[in-house]
Amino acid sequence: MNAPKDLALSRREFLKASGALVISSSGVVMMAESVGQGTAAGKPPLVPVELDSWIAVLPNGNVTAFFGKMDMGHGLEVAIAQIVADELDVELDKVHIDMSDTATSCNQGGASGSTGIQQGARPLRNASAEARRLLVDRAAQQWGVPAEQCSVNAGVISIADGRKVSYGELIGGRFFNSKVEWNKQVGNAMDVKGRAQPKSPSQYRVVGKEFPRRDVAGKVFGTRDWVTDIHVPGMLHARVIRPPHATGTPLKVDEGSIKSVKGARVVREKNFLAVVAPKEWDAVRAARMLKIEWSAKKDPFPEMANLHEYIRSAPVMNTEEAAMKGNVAAAFKTAARIVEAEYQWPFQSHASMGPACAIVDAQADHATLWTGTQKVHYARDGVAAMLGLPPEKVHGIWAYGPGSYGRNDGGDAAIDAALLSKLTGKPVRVQGMRADGTAWDPKGPACLHRARAALDASGKVIAYEFVSKGFSRANIATNESNPRDSLAGQEIGMPPKPELVFSVPAESYGFDNKRLAAEIIGPLLERSSPLRTSHFRDPLGPEIQFGSEQFIDELAAATGEDPVAFRLKYVTAPRDAAVIRAAAEKSNWQARPGPKGPKAGDLMSGRGIAYAQRSGTLVAVVAEVEVERKTGRVWAKKFTVAHDCGLIINPEGLRYAIEGNVVQGISRTLFEEVRFDRNMVTSVDWNTYPILDIRDTPQTIDFALINRPEVAPSGAGEPTMRVIPAAIANAFFDATGVRMRRVPMTPERVKAALAKA
Amino acid sequence: MAKINFAVDGKPVTVDVDPNMPLLYTLRDDLKMKNPHFGCGLAQCGACTVHLDGEAIRSCVMPVSAVKGKKVTTIYGLGTPEKPHPLQTAYVQEQVPQCGYCLNGWVMTAAAYLKKNPKASDADLREGLSGLKCRCGTHVSIMRAIKRAQQQLA
Repeated sequence: MNAPKDLALSRREFLKASGALVISSSGVVMMAESVGQGTAAGKPPLVPVELDSWIAVLPNGNVTAFFGKMDMGHGLEVAIAQIVADELDVELDKVHIDMSDTATSCNQGGASGSTGIQQGARPLRNASAEARRLLVDRAAQQWGVPAEQCSVNAGVISIADGRKVSYGELIGGRFFNSKVEWNKQVGNAMDVKGRAQPKSPSQYRVVGKEFPRRDVAGKVFGTRDWVTDIHVPGMLHARVIRPPHATGTPLKVDEGSIKSVKGARVVREKNFLAVVAPKEWDAVRAARMLKIEWSAKKDPFPEMANLHEYIRSAPVMNTEEAAMKGNVAAAFKTAARIVEAEYQWPFQSHASMGPACAIVDAQADHATLWTGTQKVHYARDGVAAMLGLPPEKVHGIWAYGPGSYGRNDGGDAAIDAALLSKLTGKPVRVQGMRADGTAWDPKGPACLHRARAALDASGKVIAYEFVSKGFSRANIATNESNPRDSLAGQEIGMPPKPELVFSVPAESYGFDNKRLAAEIIGPLLERSSPLRTSHFRDPLGPEIQFGSEQFIDELAAATGEDPVAFRLKYVTAPRDAAVIRAAAEKSNWQARPGPKGPKAGDLMSGRGIAYAQRSGTLVAVVAEVEVERKTGRVWAKKFTVAHDCGLIINPEGLRYAIEGNVVQGISRTLFEEVRFDRNMVTSVDWNTYPILDIRDTPQTIDFALINRPEVAPSGAGEPTMRVIPAAIANAFFDATGVRMRRVPMTPERVKAALAKA
Repeated sequence: MAKINFAVDGKPVTVDVDPNMPLLYTLRDDLKMKNPHFGCGLAQCGACTVHLDGEAIRSCVMPVSAVKGKKVTTIYGLGTPEKPHPLQTAYVQEQVPQCGYCLNGWVMTAAAYLKKNPKASDADLREGLSGLKCRCGTHVSIMRAIKRAQQQLA
């Protein structure tokens, strides 16, 4: 068998090569401070207009590309390497991607909105093409031949007479000192262009092929550094103590209650409270032992059972009128029949695999941040603001963290660590306990969705209205650049600035009269709320499409049409129709005008479809489920995913990205709901916030990947997520003849719904 | 504080620690091991799993005093790139990780489970590994990898 290997030149090796690495006394890697201002003498400043900010050729001819995003587990790293390798004409295993270090990469926005390839790869593709052009020009000049006579293979430029020169010989270890044109955007939209024209897809050699991820072996053999593994000499371990109820503030703290723990001490500023200790376990137990008198409860939350009643009656603070076509109100007046339904979605937690961890070493005039967050450049800005330093004086280093699906507790941990390092004058490592990742992370918004449609006498849909109402997807901003959006910032008195934003269904149904809108309500509690809402994987995608794609199914059933045929009748975009057809074909869809069920007996089975768009990507999913009448258990057994994200960079990586969406989507549909009482989130661990178990894992996930080389690649990290809930609910309806309009579809809810039918 | 002797990945170690401290903190904080991970501290997820004399245990709730004189194996000692455990090989070949933070729990638990149940069926595996958590949703890949490893072990 082949021994697994990490082919890439690791970041450590790169820095070693560039002389910027220091090994600490504990044998753990530390970055030299000078690394913050460029890795080698003579390097142009780290700004987007410098080609050297994007691409470096090492003396041995290996290439490093500097990426201002990171791979959170979807294989983005190798996909970016494929793109760079093709543009530069170098071997894939000679390309190293240096991800998300503020000292070596520009702010491309971090992991955000499934834009890693869609937007993040563009400047790297263009910069690689430009680097190739410059190197070929240089060789051609040396040889006194036109550049067109040169060809490049595996990083070696040659001409017909046999002369050749390698990239390493031409520029290895030195800088291009050449400018590219920057579009003046920072974040996801950042792009640069050189004079070179990137290749056309027909010229790709490695793009479009399958290559394995580079981080797997290190993780499997326990040799890879995680953010949780960073040890800085002299650092303290901290545990932040968040209140036992949402509005609690510490009135009295009995520091004597932890005096038996050697070295442990209380750190407090205003309502921010933590304990620190040189040993991690001492910080953990001191945090448990510390006696605190908290302020009184104020009942800021509604009863959990009344959550959607609360949303229904809460004042609307902002309305998004996203799409309006024709005259919906007038059309409804002429309806022969009206179909209506309401769908409900709970608060959900990121509940990442481990609670977030961050380390900050704040010195008088500079600082270093290690974080597993999705947005290290913005987190660097946030830490700088908390410390009162200019951003360029803070070095942000991203390392693999314990999972991330949006703005989770990672954004809070970085600011916690910054504040604690500032207050103690020491490097501080913060890691949460389980409840910090489940009870205190920002939540996916609870919401409800009202859909209605007017049918004429023939059953044609003449008007359609879909209006969501719920909490904003940005009670706190997601990008972490402002400490006011963190728990610690709010605990020390920074005024929060919640935004009122939502979203609407993403589809191409061509109903003559159509309105898509969203009504946004204010946060339950403005400051330091465990129910504050923010981005959670495919923000509002599964929530909204659970309603809209189930309602489309309800319309198909109401008009006696097959769900696939009904969708094909009304979608207007050809690529949308293509994914629906592909999913139906691949899954051997059996057309029927209404539900198969309910059948007699305990075990019922059915299939359902759902489709949606997301930022250029199209996805349709067929779910096949089994429902046990007695236990109420739903097993989402098989999925068929048709997916069109334009040009496919790495089909294997794409399948895995989709697979994660499917399984996490099942989990959110069947199991996940944040529990709370009038004063606090009561989902604090895996028992009180259950997720999908291996027993409930689907048997099969099939794919119909549509590759469109002529279409620029769009994202795959989130689109599939949004159609899973409705696909399951529609399959449930096919199996049972009963609609589940509330997530999660727990056994209790299923039994109750079946009993009512 | 108490001096406690045990072996980690074949090497004898002595630590002078609070005997009630969970083993996980000795492995991570005192011995600077990169695995296992802290996931919950409640024995609910498995990210901290190690083998204690060959049995899979959750190191986040096992007092370090309980491992005195015993052999602890972490994923680092389960196999190496040169001499991998079949599950490690299968994990790489099947490309299981999304974030990868949970994989320690699955690999270590499955390694101990397969030793006792080498011919475990799909249903057996689902029962035997129940309770382990993976937040990224790699479960389908996990099943593929374990079945691949089973073939190699057979």
